[in-house]
Order: sequence, then structure tokens, then C-alpha cells
Amino acid sequence: MTADTVRPQPYAELGLTAAEYEKITDTLGRLPTDAELALYSVMWSEHCSYKSSKVYLREFAAKAPASAALLAGIGHNAGVVDIGQGYAVTFKIESHNHPSYVEPHQGAATGVGGIVRDILAMGARPVAVMDALRFGPAAAPDTGRVLPGVVSGISFYGNCLGLPNIGGELDFDACYAGNPLVNALCVGVMRHGDLQVAAASGPGNQVILFGSTTGPDGVGGASVLASAAFGGSAAGAAVKRPSVQVGDPFMEKLLVECCLELFAGGLVTGIQDLGAAGVACATTELAAAGTGGMRVRLDAVPLRDPSLGPPEILMSESQERMMAVVEPGRVAEFLAVCAKWDVRAAVIGEVTGTGRLVMTWHGETVVDIPPGSAADGPVYHRPVLRPAGQDAVVASSASGLPRSVDGAALRADLLALIGSPGLADKSWVTDQYDRYVRGDTVLAMPEDGGLIRVDEATGLGIALATDGNGRYCRLDPYLGTQLVLSEAYRNVAATGARPLAVTNCLNFGSPEDPAVMWQFAEAVRGLADGCAALGVPVTGGNVSFYNQTGTVAVHPTPVIGVLGVHDDVRRRLSIGFGATGGSGASGSSGGSGAELVLLGRTGAEFGGSAWAHVVHGHLGGLPPAPDLAAEQRLAGLLAAAASAGLLAAAHDLSDGGLAVALAESCLRGRTGCRVRLPGDPFTALFSESAARAVVAVGPGAAADFAALREAHGVPGETIGRTGGADLVVEDCFAIPLAELAAVHAATLPALFG
Amino acid sequence: MRIGVITFPGSLDDRDAARAVRLAGAEPVALWHADRDLRGVDAVILPGGFSYGDYLRCGAIARFAPVLSELVPAARSGLPVLGICNGFQILCEAHLLPGALTRNAGLRFVTRDLRLRVENAATAWTRAFSGGQEIVVPLKSGEGCYAADPDTLASLEAAGQVVIRYADANPNGSAGAIAGVCNAEGNVVGLMPHPEHAVDPLTGPSGDGLAFFTSVVALVSA
Repeated sequence: MTADTVRPQPYAELGLTAAEYEKITDTLGRLPTDAELALYSVMWSEHCSYKSSKVYLREFAAKAPASAALLAGIGHNAGVVDIGQGYAVTFKIESHNHPSYVEPHQGAATGVGGIVRDILAMGARPVAVMDALRFGPAAAPDTGRVLPGVVSGISFYGNCLGLPNIGGELDFDACYAGNPLVNALCVGVMRHGDLQVAAASGPGNQVILFGSTTGPDGVGGASVLASAAFGGSAAGAAVKRPSVQVGDPFMEKLLVECCLELFAGGLVTGIQDLGAAGVACATTELAAAGTGGMRVRLDAVPLRDPSLGPPEILMSESQERMMAVVEPGRVAEFLAVCAKWDVRAAVIGEVTGTGRLVMTWHGETVVDIPPGSAADGPVYHRPVLRPAGQDAVVASSASGLPRSVDGAALRADLLALIGSPGLADKSWVTDQYDRYVRGDTVLAMPEDGGLIRVDEATGLGIALATDGNGRYCRLDPYLGTQLVLSEAYRNVAATGARPLAVTNCLNFGSPEDPAVMWQFAEAVRGLADGCAALGVPVTGGNVSFYNQTGTVAVHPTPVIGVLGVHDDVRRRLSIGFGATGGSGASGSSGGSGAELVLLGRTGAEFGGSAWAHVVHGHLGGLPPAPDLAAEQRLAGLLAAAASAGLLAAAHDLSDGGLAVALAESCLRGRTGCRVRLPGDPFTALFSESAARAVVAVGPGAAADFAALREAHGVPGETIGRTGGADLVVEDCFAIPLAELAAVHAATLPALFG
Repeated sequence: MRIGVITFPGSLDDRDAARAVRLAGAEPVALWHADRDLRGVDAVILPGGFSYGDYLRCGAIARFAPVLSELVPAARSGLPVLGICNGFQILCEAHLLPGALTRNAGLRFVTRDLRLRVENAATAWTRAFSGGQEIVVPLKSGEGCYAADPDTLASLEAAGQVVIRYADANPNGSAGAIAGVCNAEGNVVGLMPHPEHAVDPLTGPSGDGLAFFTSVVALVSA
């Protein structure tokens, strides 16, 4: 060992605290080498170790509802859910917020690449992606830099990789101005027996690194590092490398096909993707989860920059790499499959029974640690304090805001909402994504959820939706998170699918701020309780802290993804009234004249609403009250009605309430409607009460649907019929669809060209 | 009736093309870029995707793939060949079709369901349509702007080699709103829109695209 016992070590520059540094020296019984220090610094970063969130995330498992569908849960690269007929599905959402602000195109592109490798590492074929995006004010000059770059990055990577982009979100708020949220979701499908494990077991088994070569890109992206910190290392020539990685989707496509062929050939005993913290993370996690020992020759890692030394090789976040554990007798076959796909592969080490992770560099030992000490990391109980201003925010209720009364003013409110950047037509973004590739996309944006066919013969499919709402969660993170969960759950149900499982990406400010930790703790508690009530387990997720500019944090923004199973995608529900046009996800043709039924109960709930935000620029009060039992009943009704073929269309009610839902359904199906509102028109149009949907009942199905609705205990009332070329609210206003479409479609092109 | 679908590294819509072949009543046969072997198929499809990442000019590397050394002479001898999107780009690079595909006007990737007009319903791949028929098929490409010199464009128009045209607004700036062309003999057709994504209204905007595949099945089976 050549640990330098004299030179002060740059632990602080690497993002480690003095206490963490001391813990490392205690664990090793000596000072760490440069390579060891580099390894611990990235493994113990917040991003890799979850050191501030771990104590809370345990709630997901502790409160998880019993679910027969869960084949693998939290702790794996991604959770795995049984969807029947021998199929299993794995899905996960992850943030790439900070890189996407620094370099929007590559930051967002590599976010897609990273989550796809997570899914691939479970043994599944990735089949679709989604993106939940949040930016600063739409008209801000910097949004004009960040948003087009993020969208082009997702388009570039996802399209070239051949994965349909089937939905997501786009929203704007001043709180995200210096800190956009770029959350990428991927879903993959496998047969039950195909599940792979991320563990290095069996002493003598070979460790193979394959995919792209390793370069200096993204060194220390997981911590806060510049490689110039290493005075004594080979690449320490004071060159500050960019810590954003560069993506090669073509290599990723080859890697996907190569891995699936390796899995099919039974050539892999353990596999791990390389993401944050690169080789450091893959080797320590594989070793810690397996027999415990591994010997690695860092000089065997194929490099694209020969000047790299051990610390940089360990920390590099070069993309499109995987690490596999292979029985010695299968190595030749493994390498032959890699050669077929033009994927570079190198044996860099082997599994041992020593319980130590040992790395050498041209014969010299540079790392010798117990892998669990790096993989597990510290655990912090950060101070938690309800924010000082929280009471004032809650006290500033939306109920006192001036409300429109006459028809002309209500009409203007609706047009203002559907033309606002967060609710406007998102084709400017989604037209840049391929939603058709693979030929199994049944529903995609702007539908409530994406729907992918899994089996052509039986019609089995999976539905997915992601939702977030920073405003609701700012007002009350516990209730807000349950509302977000409810919406994603409802969106999946609105396609006719049965919700099964949950993933999450928790975007928050600094964990060192007690107010942020309070928001985080409340959000996690809300999600865990909500999942227990709805009977859908959390299968995995991701935490992104430090989303703030200076001392100002973003709104607490948990983004929740819900996965559902659809027994027969031919019975899917579209949001479009009448015959739809526009997308490959053509909806059920309801024809004109379908009865419209409003499901659920509507109260006067405007706290955090789109109306308060868009019309008054107001954020205060409490969000709408979640009603998880009602959500369950509504979801049960929608699935049963879809399966019985009773509905021509269904649309969940969320941002902007019934008014926006009707407008979207009219535009989607290019068919108008005529409704008579129950009670106060303003409340009926713009309240955001939870557990509601509007459905168009199929011809001749009204009586059957009413009986089914009663049986499920879902309140509902007929509010009108579809048909015509206008959205008509009787005694209030009429808007020609052409006008509605023009206002809806004009906003994003006017902003972004 | 066997129709080959070539997979290059980076091909993405090969699976979709094979499904379309199956739905048209023929047997899809997987062809591999590195094999100098067409496996005796009756027709060949070059599917969409990003062959070799298309980091150079689209299709510029794929045209040198070993399988092309078999395909080019076979196409010149009358084998029906269809290039979709990246496949169209490869056919242009291989000089089996005239012209070239360049970056979209607007420089953004465009995915959109479009109305197309079938201008030539006599080619191997469009015989099941009627001349002037309008169909709805998705376009999804970043480099779909068809370009050729004025003389070539004039001769294509005069000879009826413009097979498919965008019927509404030109989505990518293509010369003459051209979406697809054929060679003089009509056995080689290339187009930017994706008929294989319009074979079933469940997963596409229409079923209109299926007729491209049934056209060649009827021709070869005749």
C-alpha cells in the first residue's frame, strides 16, 4: 500500500465531511489511498448512499401493503411486478436535474440512458420511456436555453435507442428557475424466469466490464469533484473536467441487444449497470451483495483517455457501460456475443472469497477495503423543523380570491387556463419524441396515461402515468403527495387498467435545511400511508436533494409513477370524445351524442389550484382533501366499465378541474359537447376536488353503467352529451373548438419557436 | 412468399416491419447486415432506425454493409425493395434511388400523423392503392427533407417516380413535398413516413399502411 501518510488528503474537496473522513480511516485502520478516498467519496455521496433519506425510505417497506404481484422490491436496481400470463414488468423513475441545468441536451440525454440501463440490469427488455419535466417561468430567457436543450436531448437519445416515449409531464414555476427537474422513467418487460441479480457470487467467477470505454467524462458527478483535486494522480494536470457525461445512444442500443442475448444464453450470473460513481459503485455493490470479495485489475479497464489513473477510473461516469459476473467456462461465449454486437468487453477481475475488495494498478495494490463499508455508507438523522412560514402560507387561503360569475368571465378563465404554459398543448415537445417505435403503443400523450401492449395474442398490456404537483406539496407535503399519488393512480385507471405498483422520484432542496427535511419526511409519510391505503406497494425510486438556488429550495416535488395492468388493451379508454384523430393511440370511437357523466364529489377546493395559479398568481391555503377510498372505488368502476365495454371515453379531473378536462377531451376527439353544470358554475368548472373523472357512456350502455356505478359506490350525475363543434356550457358560454384549439396550441410555439 | 427485413446495428423498426409483413400474409425473414446472403427472399425491406447511430450522414455507413453487396445487384435485377425512413436514406446513399435526405426545415425531429397522397399506384409496393388515394401514416424523422437537383426533380415528376407526397402542410421542407420516390423500374421504393406503424388502428393512426405490404405480396404471388 502506498497511502501517503504525510500529504493532507483532499477529502473536503471531494465532498466528504471531517467526520466521514475519520470514519474511513477508522474502518481501514490507516489513511486511505487516493483511489480509496475517491471511491468512498462517490459511494458516500448523497446521490449514491441515500444517507439523509434512508431512515425515512424504510417506511415504504414497513407500511407496504401485502401484494402478491411483487417479485422484487426496494433495494434492487428496480422493482419487479408480476402482471400475469408469465410476464413480469420492471419500472423506475430517476432524476437528472443538475446535469440538465448545466448542459441541458447531454444532461437530459444521459438521464434517459441511465434509467434504461437500470431496467436492462434487471433482465428486462426496455419497452417505453416517459419524462416528467419542470422548468422556471416559461417566458424567462434561461428557460429558452434549458427547455429546448432538454427536449432535444431526450429526443436524440430515446429516439435513437428505439424506445417509444409515451407520456410524462411539462410544467413551469418560478421555483424551478435555477433548478429544473428532469425525471426520466423507463419500463421493461420480461418473463418470470428472466430476473437477473446484481451480485458477484462464486469465487473464481470472472468480472467483465463491457460497453463503452472509460473516459474522463462525469468524473465525480455524483459528488462535487473536479479531478484537479488529485495532485498526485496521473490526470492531475490541473484540468478541470466537465462533470456532465456525454451520451452515445447507438452504443446503448447495441448494449441492450447484446445484454438480452447474453441473458437468453444463460451466460450471466450477476449484472450491474454503471451509472453514478461508475466502476466504484458497480464493483462495491456487486461485491457487497455477493460472496463479498473481488479482485479487480484497474489497468485492464479499456480507456478512451490513457492518462487516467485509478481515482478517475473509479469515479468516471462514462455512459453505456455494464459489469457482468460470468463463470470461467462461459467467458469465451460471452465475449463472442459481445463481438457479434460490436460491443467491447474486457475481463477486469474475479470474484474471491476473501471478503475484501482489492484493486491493483499494474501490480500495485491501490484499494483494499471491505466492500460493505463503501456500499452501505453513513446514515444521518438530519434535524427536522416545520418551516417558519408554513402557517402563513396555509392561512393565505384561496377562498378569498375574486371569482368570475358571468359567462363571459368564466369563458375567459377557461381560455386563460388552457393557454397557460403548464396546461397548453404540448405537441411542441412531444412531436420531437418517437411514440410509435416497437409498434405496441396503444395510448400515448396527451392521453391520461401511456398504454403499451405486452402480448399481441392476448391483448395483455401495461399502463403508466407520472404525476407531480409542487404547489399542492408546498401547501402540505403530506396531503400533496397523497394527491399526486391519487392522480397518477387515477390516470392509470382512466385507461381502463388496474393500478398495481408505484415508483417515485423525490425532488427536494437541501437535506441540511431542517425545513426541507420536514417537507421530505411529510412527503414520504404521505406516500407510504397513501400506498398502504390504495393497496399498491412502492417498488423503488430515487431521491434528488440539493434542488435549490442559494438558500431557496424548489417546491417539494415528489413525482410519482404508477404502473397498472390492462387485461385487454383493445378495451382501452381514450380521453377523446367521439372519433379521435391525431395520434397513433386512437381512442374508442364514441361517435357523437354519448352521455357525459361526472363521477365523484365536487367541493369548493381551490388551494394550490391551476385557477389560483394562472388567474391570480396565488399559492396559499390547503390543497384539496385526498380521498383514497373514493379513488379506489373510482378506479374499480373504470376498470370494470372498460372491461365491459360500457364507455366511449374517460378523462380524469385534475389541474383546472372539469373545465380543462372537457376542453382536452373535446380537442382530443375533435368533437364538442354540451353540458349543464350542477350548482355554482365556477366551482363546478374549476374546483380540483380529488377522486373525480368525466366519462362518455357508450351507446345503449347508460342503464348498465348506472347500475355498475351504484354497485361500486361512486357518486355521479349526467351533465350533458358529446357532439357538435363547440364546447357549450348551458347558460354560461360556448367556445368553438377551432378557437379552443388555437388558444391551446399557440402557447409553446410562441415561446420556443 | 418470404420477405427479408435487414437488421443493421441501430435498426429500430425491424420488428415492426416484420409484423407488417406477417399481417400482409407473408413470412418475414431476418437478414443480418454482416451476412452476404439474402437467403432467397422474394423481396427486401430496409427498416427505420439509426444505422450505426447515423452520427455521420444518415445511411452513409450502412451502404457499405456486406449485405448491400448482394442487395444492390438484386435490386438492379428487379427484386422488390422497400426502404422506410433510415432505409430510404440508405437506398439513396447506395444510389438505388435518386436524391438525398437532409435535416428537416426547422431542424427538429418531427413525429406527426400525416395525410399522404399516393401519386404512383403502379410500383411494386403501391399497387394495392388507387392513384391519387389519400392515406394517413405517421412520419418520425429528423432528417427527412428530400433534396435533389432541379433536373432530377423535373425528371422524377415527368417519369412518375414521385410515389408519395405530403398532402397537407410540408412537414420537413422536402422539395415538391415529396415523401417517397421509386427507381425508373418501380421495384425499388423509398419513403420517409412509416407504413409499418399504420397497419392496425389499435397501435397506429389507421390501417392504411398495410397496403404497401399487401401490394408486394400480390405482385410476387401472382
